[in-house]
Amino acid sequence: MTSRVADHWLPKLVLSPTLAASLLFVYGFILITVALSFTESRLLPNWEWAGIERYLDLFDNERWWTSAANLAIFGTLFIALSMAIGLLIAILLDQKIRGEGFLRAIYLYPMALSFIVSGTAWKWILNPGLGLEKLVQSWGFPDFTFDWLVNPDMAIYTVVIAGVWQSAGFAMALFLAGLRGVDSEIIKAAQVDGASTPTIYRRIIIPTLRPVFFSVTLILAHIAIKSFDLVMALTGGGPGTATDVPAIFMYQFSFSRGQLGLGAASAVMMLMTVIAIMVPLMYAETKASGAGR
Amino acid sequence: MTKLSRACVYAVLILAALYTLAPLWVMVATSLKSLDEIRDGSLIAAPLAPTVEPWLKAWSSACTGVRCEGLKPFFWNSLLMTIPAVLISTFIGALNGYVLTQWRFRGSEVLFTALLVGCFIPFQVVLLPMARTLGMVGLSDSIFGLIFVHVVYGLAFTTLFFRNYYVSIPQDLMKAARVDGAGFFTIFWRILMPISGPIFVVCIIWQFTQIWNDFLFGVVFAGADSQPITVALNNLVRTSTGVKEYNVDMAAAIIAALPTLFVYIVAGKYFVRGLTAGAVKG
Repeated sequence: MTSRVADHWLPKLVLSPTLAASLLFVYGFILITVALSFTESRLLPNWEWAGIERYLDLFDNERWWTSAANLAIFGTLFIALSMAIGLLIAILLDQKIRGEGFLRAIYLYPMALSFIVSGTAWKWILNPGLGLEKLVQSWGFPDFTFDWLVNPDMAIYTVVIAGVWQSAGFAMALFLAGLRGVDSEIIKAAQVDGASTPTIYRRIIIPTLRPVFFSVTLILAHIAIKSFDLVMALTGGGPGTATDVPAIFMYQFSFSRGQLGLGAASAVMMLMTVIAIMVPLMYAETKASGAGR
Repeated sequence: MTKLSRACVYAVLILAALYTLAPLWVMVATSLKSLDEIRDGSLIAAPLAPTVEPWLKAWSSACTGVRCEGLKPFFWNSLLMTIPAVLISTFIGALNGYVLTQWRFRGSEVLFTALLVGCFIPFQVVLLPMARTLGMVGLSDSIFGLIFVHVVYGLAFTTLFFRNYYVSIPQDLMKAARVDGAGFFTIFWRILMPISGPIFVVCIIWQFTQIWNDFLFGVVFAGADSQPITVALNNLVRTSTGVKEYNVDMAAAIIAALPTLFVYIVAGKYFVRGLTAGAVKG
């Protein structure tokens, strides 16, 4: 066997630019952001140590808490509704439906759109005056009002509506792939035993989809925490600051208001949130799937 | 299943499909109406007197902030940014995946796991240092800067795609080729490339959709002249001088969505495959 000398270092050389980029631009930059969050930086980086002052500022900032609360509301509803609708549609599609491929293609097309595009569309549809409100009024309900988009208490729910519209099809696709992977022998055996279809789903099929629930939750949570474009396009964080989310807070304070330290602190909090959600989920999943095997 | 419950299943599925399609229909219909028709007519009605005026305005004369040249320049910006970024990140990802599966070395699995972290971080946590770095090397406010950023933060995903695809290729194939004297790149070109068609399509489509649809990097790192179309669309919708032209907004939104919609329509199968592969294994 002719082992070439080059073949010993070439693979490592090929991989090294990516590793260097990851080391610098992912790990290095996270460290710099963390460091920034402990400094006096305002408009420009200023490496004077400030301890946890920026975090105290952050926790004193009413807008930050609005953002966090909005993320909690949006994240919970967005994940729960996308999953519920996605699972329902997937189960219905799994009943040997004619035109399944066509329907599936329809449910999934929103995933090809930018959140900016769907935000723009929903902004028009939900606008009080010419949008949905007027449509329902013209159907014979003249007193119907739907002003969530401009109502500070309800505006965050319009983000949920648009987000679920965009992502439910995605959850459906993942659930459907999971359903197709369920062993048909088990189902047949249950049918022989006289179990009804709903019972089979509830007792046998859905429990085996646990890993799918896990990945759907993970991805939807990830989309929710990063949600920036959708809110920017739909409400711009408004009315006022009513629909601020952490990603918008971070952007505003870092790039419009020249408060680098505070922006960095909010970015670190976002990273912590991702870690706090991902790590336990992944740990539970690896443990469970390890025990199952 | 009884006939009745089957009918219910179809009814629910069709209603859901109509609901999913409704916003697209409203967008298209609105974009073809005059402002008078929008004011007087119904949200979901088809245009009575279709006009392409809003489309022309959205493409070439609508204001996006101070500039009033429509979306046209930004559409080209997006293309100029997306195509190189997709090709570079995909190609590097393919090589990485090849190394990580066929040329494993001590610690390569650990390195792969470390690389995957890049798929999970919220990008907010790298924005500030990256803005500073681009400024220092003279790439801020330029399309090159955006290409660079998209390549760097796309590599984790493209590597993941190719690694998961190549991992199922038997090592024996490689060993036989090496006995025959084939080197690192020969094996890649002659043995792996010919069977990599599907994963290249999946990866390219995934990257294209991600980068074309990106807003965060565009709004943070682009200058007035290098903005991608998502940023320009958002500016267009926010810039209102006098009457709000919903028809122009909708035409602009469709223009911004056309490339990715087109890809979805011609290669939806691969799009879905990328979506589920990136998701389930990520």
